[in-house]
Amino acid sequence: MNDAGEPGYNFAYLDESTKRMIRRAILKAIAIPGYQVPFGSREMPLAYGWGTGGIQITAAVIGADDVLKVIDQGADDTTNAVSIRRFFARVAGVETTERTAEASIIQTRHRIPERRLSDGQILVYQVPIPEPLRFIEPRETETRKMHALVEYGAMHVKLYEDVAAHGRITTSYNYPVLVNGRYVMSPSPIPKFDNPKMDMMPALQLFGAGREKRIYAIPPYTPVKSLDFEDHPFSVERSDRPCALCGATDTFLDEIVADDRGGRIFVCSDSDRCGEQRDQVASGDGAAP
Amino acid sequence: MTDLPLLTATSLSYAYGRRMACQDVDLEIWPGEVVAIVGESGSGKSTLLGCLSGRLRPDRGHVAYRDRDGAVLDVWAEPEARRRLLMRTDWGMVHQNPRDGLRLRVSAGGNVGERLMAVGARHYGDIRQAAQAWLERVEIDPARVDDLPLAFSGGMQQRLQIARVLVSNPRLVFMDEPTGGLDVSVQARLLDLIRGLSRDLGLSALVVTHDLAVARLLAHRIVVMRGGGIVEHGLTDRVLDDPHHPYTQLLVSSVLPA
Amino acid sequence: MTSMLRLVDVSKSFVLHNQGGIVLRVLDRLSLEVRAQECVALVGPSGIGKSTILRIAHGNYAPDSGRVIVAADGRATDIAAAPPRRILALRRDTLGHVSQFLRVIPRVPSIEVVAEAARDAGATPAEARARAEAMLARVGIPERLWPLSPTTFSGGEQQRINIARVFVVPYPVLLLDEPTASLDAENRRIVVGLVREARLRGAAILGIFHDPEAREAVATSEIDCTAVLRAA
Repeated sequence: MNDAGEPGYNFAYLDESTKRMIRRAILKAIAIPGYQVPFGSREMPLAYGWGTGGIQITAAVIGADDVLKVIDQGADDTTNAVSIRRFFARVAGVETTERTAEASIIQTRHRIPERRLSDGQILVYQVPIPEPLRFIEPRETETRKMHALVEYGAMHVKLYEDVAAHGRITTSYNYPVLVNGRYVMSPSPIPKFDNPKMDMMPALQLFGAGREKRIYAIPPYTPVKSLDFEDHPFSVERSDRPCALCGATDTFLDEIVADDRGGRIFVCSDSDRCGEQRDQVASGDGAAP
Repeated sequence: MTDLPLLTATSLSYAYGRRMACQDVDLEIWPGEVVAIVGESGSGKSTLLGCLSGRLRPDRGHVAYRDRDGAVLDVWAEPEARRRLLMRTDWGMVHQNPRDGLRLRVSAGGNVGERLMAVGARHYGDIRQAAQAWLERVEIDPARVDDLPLAFSGGMQQRLQIARVLVSNPRLVFMDEPTGGLDVSVQARLLDLIRGLSRDLGLSALVVTHDLAVARLLAHRIVVMRGGGIVEHGLTDRVLDDPHHPYTQLLVSSVLPA
Repeated sequence: MTSMLRLVDVSKSFVLHNQGGIVLRVLDRLSLEVRAQECVALVGPSGIGKSTILRIAHGNYAPDSGRVIVAADGRATDIAAAPPRRILALRRDTLGHVSQFLRVIPRVPSIEVVAEAARDAGATPAEARARAEAMLARVGIPERLWPLSPTTFSGGEQQRINIARVFVVPYPVLLLDEPTASLDAENRRIVVGLVREARLRGAAILGIFHDPEAREAVATSEIDCTAVLRAA
């Protein structure tokens, strides 16, 4: 089974029966878009909160021919992303990449790549808290019933509270969505800037919560609607400044400290996209800012 | 009042293990009628309330509800989805402890608006306006629409709970000791409010109370429970002034004059 | 004239279960009738159960046997057998009862206590309030007391609130239990005036009037209860 990977370990770390169990959960999740399927989450060689749910999904779906990209808040070069990429390079011997376009599987924490994903790609989200109703109803038995009976009034109470307190919906990440007109779902803590990308996405989206032992999914080309009010419709705030590195005006920006005098600049959170843009500018087609 | 009951319970029984908390109870509630269930602790009045209000599935018996279209639903035979829809639209529940009936970390407006949002209201401005109108109706300053219930007094919390329930224009409200734990003067204000609302809105209410004075001022009809069964029922002042059952006589004579 | 209230063979006893099951027989096969424009006074020594008759007619006490027929809206209802909601409906628009007790929710203003009766009988809120104001003025409750709860009033004032909340509605049948008790001469005169007006507009009145002068002034006939009532 394991020609390419680490001696003494099965391909992609998990044993085959565990992978089958996870794949069954994934298939069920795809069949019922937005529904949280319980699964037997395994102990992984890293702590909860570091993407154990996403890793188990990736391990269950990855094949020797896959090309893996891992991002953490959009960046390929942060500790978590580097560790997970290295983990799969070792236990599965797969090729890794930082290029969104070249990857067949992209595991992500808290972002969706800026580049539109295409048919055949899989986006794997790491999820800390899968239950969108938990803030208003802590009882799991009750939230499951609320999902089953489509009792989602309480979900809007949260948005109501936002508008009442701030004059607008201020929820800016982990913004709840309605999947395929049926299940309310937590998109994981991605910025709401990314929410529109989930709608009718050509790629398969899989969500894994390791600690809470839940998997859910959005099949390709599924309608995903962000919850809102008629008089306070969902909207994405765009930055009024361009990326300080590539000059892009249509991306999600991170604020970073640029020097030891407290100077700050805003740069693309998606490091691959930022690099591509800079290469284009450098190749001299006159698009420089 | 029309000629058909709103709610009809037939031979309701419920047991906790071997102890029958409620045995073969028959009860009708008519449109516009306020019915008090009185009895001491352990008499089965709260169990009966649970069975009637969709919260406690009876071991035996039926609860039939006549909906707005005149169709009769066998409440406990309906799918849970239908029953829960009923509970958050046509019915309302006011708990003794407002903490059980309110979301304490949600503003007064959010609490009142929830039932509207639950049935599909998606216009923030309309929801807020409705919430403020209801706050005013239960004598809470509409300017406090954004305050948390925790900032309210006990009496205000109870009134907020009532607004939260009535906003969906229910036809039947269940109340479990609604004035329990309140000061006497606050009680009086609440009783007046409930009575006025039930009259103005043509609301039916089932009120569980151990306080005969509350029952006298609020209820058209009274049901006396003991040991899981109804021992006497009838027009409120008839039961209190001319009690027939030995237990009712004891109950009436053991309290200060109402 | 039309028969408005009829008691037929009404018997009433009280069984005191918690006092060794003592049985108090109060009424034995009492029959009486009150027609429109009649005022029948129940007379006899106090404590023999005259109030019981009024309470039975009001549905407040349940007789052991017999019928209590009230005519309203062209149909006769037997109060002794009617369901509570029917009795309540009759109390809203047909049966007015002045008792010796004032039972109201504390803190509700007097004006609203009186207006509520008019509203229950079908008046609009504005109309009910206007009628309540007129009636309170008529029974001599000063305007400054209208916003106050009658629970804080003197006995005589409470009695006048009780009278006002009944006479604010033109009930076809009136049951009056000592309406002039605890009133001074001036207020007695006012109440006597109200009772006579009610009778002349067609009301059938059954009452207990302790004060002979008031009784003389309003009653069209008397029933001596000593003959029909038996103390235990």
